[in-house]
Amino acid sequence: MNINATLIGELIAFVVFVIFCMKFVWPPIIGAIETRQKEIADGLAAKDRAAKELELAQDSAVAKLKKAKAQAASIVDAAKKHEAKIIEEAAGKAQVEKERILASGHAEIETERNRAKEELRQQVALLAVAGAEKILERSIDAAAHSDILDKLVAEL
Amino acid sequence: MSSTAVASEALTSQEYIKHHLTNLSTGEGFQAIHWDTLGWSVFLGLVFIAIFYRVAKKATSGVPGKLQCAIELVVGFVNDNVKSTFHGTNPLIAPLALTIFVWVLLMNAMDWVPVDLLPWLISVVTGHEMSHISMKVVPTTDPNMTFALAIGVFILTIYYSIRIKGVGGFIKELTTQPFNHWLLYPINFILEVVTLLARPLSLALRLFGNLYAGELIFLLIATIGLFQLPVHFLWAAFHLLIIPLQAFIFMMLTIVYLSLAHEDH
Repeated sequence: MNINATLIGELIAFVVFVIFCMKFVWPPIIGAIETRQKEIADGLAAKDRAAKELELAQDSAVAKLKKAKAQAASIVDAAKKHEAKIIEEAAGKAQVEKERILASGHAEIETERNRAKEELRQQVALLAVAGAEKILERSIDAAAHSDILDKLVAEL
Repeated sequence: MSSTAVASEALTSQEYIKHHLTNLSTGEGFQAIHWDTLGWSVFLGLVFIAIFYRVAKKATSGVPGKLQCAIELVVGFVNDNVKSTFHGTNPLIAPLALTIFVWVLLMNAMDWVPVDLLPWLISVVTGHEMSHISMKVVPTTDPNMTFALAIGVFILTIYYSIRIKGVGGFIKELTTQPFNHWLLYPINFILEVVTLLARPLSLALRLFGNLYAGELIFLLIATIGLFQLPVHFLWAAFHLLIIPLQAFIFMMLTIVYLSLAHEDH
């Protein structure tokens, strides 16, 4: 073992290499590594966040769909009820109308019949007078016997 | 890797091994400089810096290229180890750990270069005889290298100890434990200083010892003749464990020592 001036030379070389490494080699490389590590970590975190958001969105979509279905069902229900009501109302109105028409028909028939009766009665009276005139071949004082004829007409 | 040197140069095994453990050096005594250690270590350090700087300049936080992926793997590995051991903010520790890990790994990996390959290439190019060419290609088998790293770490340990705890706090740490009685303060101080100094010493010697022994065994294998090839393969495969493990241990202990310096009692 012979220690000599080589040691000094190596010491200088060592110091120079270490300083160079510290100034120009280590910082950019470790910086690149750490930046990449951070980027990867951020990317993974973003992925997790996106997955969570997707899940939330799916949940809300399902909820909205359910709500929409319920709403549609209730609308259909209400429409059915309304329809039934309208039909019922229309039926009611029709019934009333029918009754009214029937009633008015009946009334008309009644008045017509009464009028016919009246006409018939008068004609019968005339016929009766004429018949009596013919049968009796005698003139009957229409005025003197009109009270009897009227009574007869009333009885008819 | 081959024993051609033994045959052609007519060196004894002992001379062969001794020759391969000699550095390419100039100067005498303390003023000597091991040019192979210095050259290869600086070259490998520059390889590290060049590759990592190229990636750092074009680093993107988007989709990374294949080279950036590979570099980020290393940086991420070092960063995880620093974060699990050192809890605090210090912009130096992680780059320091990265530099140590990759640099030591590359220098250790030179152990896989066959021991005679480079001397042979040089002799072919320059025409010198191989026995005259010294070229130790693994810088971490030179204690100058490992001690330089360990002393660098040691200086940083002392610097941060004083900066975090203050001079008084640091001296208090050295004197008031493990025995908290004023009479025993000198004994505490001796114990703590030994502990403190043992750290860089063990750090440097562990790396040096492992790699030097590994290299020595490669050299021994190179002297056994024809059967060296499968044995070389086995020993090189074993270095798949040793090379990264020693680099990792050096890095981890550096982080541990520096985080101990940051701990305030």
